[in-house]
Amino acid sequence: MSAPNPKFDFDIAVVGSGPAGLAAAALAASKGASVVLLDEQAEPGGQIYRAVTETPVRDRKVLGPDYWHGAELLGPLRDSGAAHWPGAVVWSVARPREDAADGHRPIQIGLSRNGSAAMLTVRHVILATGALERPFPIPGWTLPGVLGAGAAQVLLKTSGLVPSGATVMAGSGPLLWLLAWQYLQAGARIDAILDTTPKENWRAALPLLPGFLRSPYLGKGMKLMLEVRRKLTVIGNVTALRAEGAIGGDSALKSVVYTRNGAEHRLPADTLLLHHGVIPNLNLANATGCAQRWDEQQRCWRPTTDEWGATSVEGVSLAGDGAGIGGARAAEEAGRLAALDALHRLGRIGREQRDKAAVPFRAALDRALTGRAFLDTLYTPAEAFRAPADDTIVCRCEEITAGAVREAVRLGCSGPNQAKSFLRCGMGPCQGRLCGPTVTEVIAAERGVSPAEVGYYRLRPPVKPITLAELAALPKTDADIDAVFKH
Amino acid sequence: MFRRLPEIETATQAVSFTIDGRPASARAGDSVAAALLANGVTACRTTPVSGAARGPYCMMGVCFDCLVTIDGTGNRQGCQVRVAPGMAVETQNGKREVER
Amino acid sequence: MTATASFKPDVIVIGGGLHGCSAALQLSMRGVRVLVLEKDHVARHASGVNAGGVRQLGRHVAEVPLSVASMALWHRIRDLVDDDCGFESHGQIKVAESEAELATSHARVAELNALGFTHEEVVGRDELRALVPAIADHCVGALVSRGDGAAIPFRTTFAFRRKAISLGARFQEGGAVTRLARRGGLWTVETADGEKFEAPVVVNAAGAWADRIAAQVGEPVPLEVIAPMLMITARVAPFIKPVVGATGRTLSFKQFPNGTVLIGGGLLGRAVRDENRTELDFSQVSVNARTVWDLFPCMRGATIVRSWAGIEARMPDQIPVIGPSGTEPDLYHSFGFSAHGFQLGPIVGRITADLITGGSTDLPIAPFSIGRFAA
Repeated sequence: MSAPNPKFDFDIAVVGSGPAGLAAAALAASKGASVVLLDEQAEPGGQIYRAVTETPVRDRKVLGPDYWHGAELLGPLRDSGAAHWPGAVVWSVARPREDAADGHRPIQIGLSRNGSAAMLTVRHVILATGALERPFPIPGWTLPGVLGAGAAQVLLKTSGLVPSGATVMAGSGPLLWLLAWQYLQAGARIDAILDTTPKENWRAALPLLPGFLRSPYLGKGMKLMLEVRRKLTVIGNVTALRAEGAIGGDSALKSVVYTRNGAEHRLPADTLLLHHGVIPNLNLANATGCAQRWDEQQRCWRPTTDEWGATSVEGVSLAGDGAGIGGARAAEEAGRLAALDALHRLGRIGREQRDKAAVPFRAALDRALTGRAFLDTLYTPAEAFRAPADDTIVCRCEEITAGAVREAVRLGCSGPNQAKSFLRCGMGPCQGRLCGPTVTEVIAAERGVSPAEVGYYRLRPPVKPITLAELAALPKTDADIDAVFKH
Repeated sequence: MFRRLPEIETATQAVSFTIDGRPASARAGDSVAAALLANGVTACRTTPVSGAARGPYCMMGVCFDCLVTIDGTGNRQGCQVRVAPGMAVETQNGKREVER
Repeated sequence: MTATASFKPDVIVIGGGLHGCSAALQLSMRGVRVLVLEKDHVARHASGVNAGGVRQLGRHVAEVPLSVASMALWHRIRDLVDDDCGFESHGQIKVAESEAELATSHARVAELNALGFTHEEVVGRDELRALVPAIADHCVGALVSRGDGAAIPFRTTFAFRRKAISLGARFQEGGAVTRLARRGGLWTVETADGEKFEAPVVVNAAGAWADRIAAQVGEPVPLEVIAPMLMITARVAPFIKPVVGATGRTLSFKQFPNGTVLIGGGLLGRAVRDENRTELDFSQVSVNARTVWDLFPCMRGATIVRSWAGIEARMPDQIPVIGPSGTEPDLYHSFGFSAHGFQLGPIVGRITADLITGGSTDLPIAPFSIGRFAA
């Protein structure tokens, strides 16, 4: 495995083709690096620009101008000469060995494509793995008919599908309002929006308002929210939620019960769309060994990066929401900065050239991040939703409740990694994506310490499940690798 | 329950497949999970832990709740696979049997 | 950190793995005051993440007497630690894929019988299929140890810890031992955060870091740090009870009661012990997957959801170091179990306690003397 002169398949692999990945791949390849853009989806765009090349929703006013901006990123990618491998699931990124010779520090990427697995050897990796919706654990959130608002948006973008029957949206955050607005444009039914934004968040957010007033998105966001509030039933100050199926059964959602001003109310519902903002999708970075830290303002774990997106692992950088939530426009600029730094590290451009080229991107990044602190603070979910009541399932895969996690803490479980051993919590196929932040918060609250102190899961490849057959067919020696993997 | 927006062209884009052996139709470009929802199937499996019903939740490949058997291969993420003509999609109950 | 301040231990155990916890438990059962110093947290490394095999089958002959004695403890493990540790005894099986491999199995049984041990036996084609219906057609027979089984490693180690604590042992987690010195019949043990502890007796159960402790007392050992890899599947319906290995290649294969299937056997990744981390080598994981593909055709479509490696100590002769130090009095070693120490945990703790409290043990530990590495 420590061949003196490894063969490199590409200079740079970019993982994820959302705004950060598209911009990074296009810029790096346009400067002459050999680049492969690896992405799980069949078409580029990531989640924010999902299906932008082929959405059946042709009426541009439904998805809105911010969505259609994504199409502008595709031309530069095409022209850059970067290889684009859609349908490629990256399940492992192995950091370079510290004993490898300088200049020959191969990074091995494990990926699956069309049902077969392969290892790819590159000099640099830019992870652009984006965001996922923050877990929103409430009793009944595992019932069929309860989906993330982001999931509903994917259904709209890819398939032109909207809820039919009684529909309730609940939570807080910009995406919730955007989806409601898009549903309004499309003529979809929404019975109610249950707004869980805690009243007290306004007090904390107010000092940050001046920054937000300079945000380029202020006008758009306000207009959209006002239109939604004017046309739809919005119920504020919701402090508790649960989803219920038929009495005595658990087959599908029948109603949503919410608490407002101390009183419970029930709404019939066929579909409940939940949203509490987004958090970095960090599984691949974590499994690669990138250091991460707890971000108190965004209340999530984020990989540690420098101003170029470089992580603690040599040759691995991170761009976009996967490194901390900044939104699509910020991601695009971060992707360009990461690409410049990768080119510099590969010796293709000098330091001065890198720094000079970065100036406009950094300015645009700063502009895009203006006002972020206000939004983060305003839309921080209430503690009752971050560390829910005992009867709430937190680990959907292994069906572990918050109460079970608290009980384990009382028995000596000090953090999420021990919770795995005590309870199998986080050990199902989702690898903690849907429970990690909650488990951190529950344990921290129960122990009376900060989330930073209790830590997060140590994640392991494959970060996406692969079949035994795929693994068994992998090349087993360096000679086999040379023979099998040619492009 | 989900419905297709009325202005969406489906006639020329129709894909025929089966859900647990029953004929079903979707639109080209739909993921298997979207195709299930479009056909009124909100629950696509029961869990191997408690047997509770589950359906698609995240639609972006992170929650693993839309696992289905596709053309005989189990535990596929329905939201990450595009529906194809003639595809046999089966809902999953509990733990999968290993093949014999 | 102040919980141990006023506590004056008789014995300091360095290392909170199964062997350290087992020694702590056995000593506590005899009224000895024990302090366990663990650099991370209990069962953080090999003891928490190994395959959980409780196996007499195929052991080095020097280990067999200890293994047989330990097995008796495993079958009454609840009496010892008030928890069944997830122990289940459905036997362990080493499959022979050819007549030549089966011949080595027969030779093994003859060797053990000559030594007076009868726990291993050879079964033919039909009985193999009765025991493991899913085994591939080409397998001709197997070596079987019916009393063997498997347990859940983290739960086991934690049960030993909990019982030891209930009997008065103290545990201090989160500080690596950096210095060890003996003066005036008293050991002084320093940890990385600057704390000092004193006791008349020290046990070195520091696993993959034990050579550093031994080096402090002038007896370096050729300990190799290894990272055996494991992988696990999503849950499938129960289809196999015994733990299965292979004669001609590396494998450990077993299904947990919850349906997940654990695949390992000792193929190695890379350990970076100073950073507490391991790196997987997927070309080797692939070798392991290929073995399962060959021996269990039904598993080919199974999904692998996670793989990992633990940090372990391996000695050049693949057997552990157990017994008194060769250079200093009142120091006892228990390390280097070479990726098969889990089953020995209960008995070696007792041996160490016997040595400390009575000066001898009734089990043959001469082959494990640290003196075998003395220059």
